[in-house]
Amino acid sequence: MSTAERTAVTATRTRGLRRILRPRARLWLGTLAAALILFVVAPAALSGYQFGLLAQFLCYAMVAVGIGLAWGQGGMLTLGQGLFFGIGGYAMAMHLQLDDAGPGGVPAFMSLYGSGTVPAWWEPFRDPWITIGTIILLPAALAALLGYAIFARRVRGAYFAILSQALVAAFAILLIGQQASTGGSTGLSNFRGFFGYSLADPLNQRLLFFLAAGTLIGMVLLVRLLMRSRYGELLVATRDQEMRVRFLGYNPALVKTVAFVVSSVFAAVGGALFVPIAGIISPSDVAVVPSIMFVAGVAIGGRATLLGPVLGSLALSWVGAQLQDNYPSVWSYFQGALFVLVLGFLPQGFATLGGVLRRRKGDSR
Amino acid sequence: MSLPRTLITGAAGIALLATTLTLSGCTGAKVGAGASGAPSAKSCVDTSGDSIKIGFINSLSGTMAISEKPVQQALYLAEKQINAAGGVLGKTLSVVTSDGASDPNTFAQKADKLLTQDCVAAVFGGWTSASRKAMLPVFERDNGLLFYPVQYEGMESSKNIFYIGATTNQQIVPAMDYLAQQGKKKVFLVGSDYVFPRTANKIIDAYAKAKGIDIVGEEYAPLGSVDFTTIVSKLKASGADAVFNTLNGDSNVAFFKEYTNAGFTAKTVPVLSVSIAEQEVKGIGVQNIEGQLTAWNYYQTIGSPANDAFVSAFQKEYGQDAVVDDPMEDAYSSLFLWKAMVEKAKSFDVKAIQENSDGVSYDAPEGTMTVSGKNHHVTKTARIGVIEPSGLIDTVWQSPSAITPDPYLTGPDYPWAAGLATGASAAPSN
Repeated sequence: MSTAERTAVTATRTRGLRRILRPRARLWLGTLAAALILFVVAPAALSGYQFGLLAQFLCYAMVAVGIGLAWGQGGMLTLGQGLFFGIGGYAMAMHLQLDDAGPGGVPAFMSLYGSGTVPAWWEPFRDPWITIGTIILLPAALAALLGYAIFARRVRGAYFAILSQALVAAFAILLIGQQASTGGSTGLSNFRGFFGYSLADPLNQRLLFFLAAGTLIGMVLLVRLLMRSRYGELLVATRDQEMRVRFLGYNPALVKTVAFVVSSVFAAVGGALFVPIAGIISPSDVAVVPSIMFVAGVAIGGRATLLGPVLGSLALSWVGAQLQDNYPSVWSYFQGALFVLVLGFLPQGFATLGGVLRRRKGDSR
Repeated sequence: MSLPRTLITGAAGIALLATTLTLSGCTGAKVGAGASGAPSAKSCVDTSGDSIKIGFINSLSGTMAISEKPVQQALYLAEKQINAAGGVLGKTLSVVTSDGASDPNTFAQKADKLLTQDCVAAVFGGWTSASRKAMLPVFERDNGLLFYPVQYEGMESSKNIFYIGATTNQQIVPAMDYLAQQGKKKVFLVGSDYVFPRTANKIIDAYAKAKGIDIVGEEYAPLGSVDFTTIVSKLKASGADAVFNTLNGDSNVAFFKEYTNAGFTAKTVPVLSVSIAEQEVKGIGVQNIEGQLTAWNYYQTIGSPANDAFVSAFQKEYGQDAVVDDPMEDAYSSLFLWKAMVEKAKSFDVKAIQENSDGVSYDAPEGTMTVSGKNHHVTKTARIGVIEPSGLIDTVWQSPSAITPDPYLTGPDYPWAAGLATGASAAPSN
């Protein structure tokens, strides 16, 4: 049997499975499988280093899920998710720094490179609840404001992409310039605890992994819920025929803003969880390049599908980490070639491979 | 399917996850709960065989690759020479390399991999302060050893890092001494906007205040910036008689072009640079910076048997035109210093090395380096150099003897620096 035939057979089998299982059963099975892989298989099969790496990649995948919603479903190509990832990450990092410094304490880097006093806008982050609130509400408010202003002016397509990229570039420059209060290009690092739990303890690192895994699965379920709701249909309709949606009496700007807000909050939560896991946040984690990498994973995986963005993002990060050591200078070329190939031959990403092959077979018959 | 139904399903799914999460939540140590302070990592280094693994971590891709690849070449030269002479404690060195990719988080990840997956006995490398600060918590958590080969901004010491490059009192402070000695009264500071220039200039400000020197300007350009019209016109208006330059990389090309266009020369208003070594001279172009001053601890032109041997061995390995500079020499020496520490401790164990590090010395190409067990830095001779038309740098002044490292500038020689180090993290315990 050739590979193509085998793939076709697998495709038929999955189709068969799809017919047999009702959507709700598939949801349960899928969730169970994902939970099994992340909560049981991963901790058992991976070394400590790989486990920590995967935990970071889960945080990137959260950003990818959001991009899948905004871009895949809503048609908003956002090249600036690093902005929200950064807001979440820096808010968390500031809290951890202040928490390590103790009540009334000053983070070490501030006395070395700054005035030795905590700036007023840092102070609220001493409180864990304000920090968590900021991580969710600030990106949501910012995305709502920006999104509505942009979409109501009917800015779309490449113009929106360029605007989002410019925003993230400006954000990175701002962070680098404020050495005394943001750590500049060095960023914030060397955290000891996470809400009272020592980050040096491998057991707590494992718990953080589970937290990230649970959050990610929750986000995927939420997106599934949105995709299958009336709102999801409206979002896809807006993506495909914004004018018609408008003529039907809906406000497309509002529809798009909701998806943009959700994706921004996902990115911010990803950033916030990234900080205790990676132990560092710096402008190079939030600037233009990572923002593009978030989108690349989604594009390769399949932006319009439910699982494409997550799996694409995880696969790209994982392969990247493995190849980088062995072929340091080749890796970026490989990445570029993969991107071109996938978008050239599978414009909807790897997740649509089965469908494309089936159609090919149908054509030749 | 109706919306409420989906909502219920989704909520149930999330609830299930939350339960799983809580059930698996056998939480670990709290902060400050006794044992958490001690390194929890058990060493996985294999010392049973004929060889011992060490790790090199340098940026082989990204913007820093141009500086860090030569450092790795120097490390490999040292490894080759040590192996040719019988290895360390009778074991051959076997190198695992990792690419830091010019990204702090990647450096942290790869350091963790080297220590916990490859189980290396020691790690050599790192360049930017951002990369070092990203790796520091990893080395402390995994209880590994990092040998860091680049001059830096001081105000740091970790028991898990050996700083083989100069700290501020071995580079910045002697450079200011030199300018003062030359009768310079009005100094203009220009630097890239990151931690090293900011900290260096903070120290220079304190120094100048105490010694009656005017700082007539302090300007920062974003890393990689190539627009220096504003900064050079400010320099012109300031009436400065010398410039202290902490710019990095390509920014130097643009700065020196603008500086020359404005009519400045090395004779009228000399520029003293602390981030331009022989490797960078090639990239900037000699014609742009000929006759300007630099401050380092090592130049390729130093005449000593140890340096002649180093330079000729390097050129034999990497070509007659190969150029060596300060960070490369530090990297090369760091491997020999580690070897000397291991031999003194008679063990590859991190704790044994830390306890035996004090007083270990090595006759490096730049002169004898002696390790301070107190702060894990080494003694170094400061050298002011002038850039020659050949692209090499000649020493014009050197400190009378090797300078004892004082990363926090708390010694009796630096009364003007009181208060600069408040808030710095604690010194190593041994």
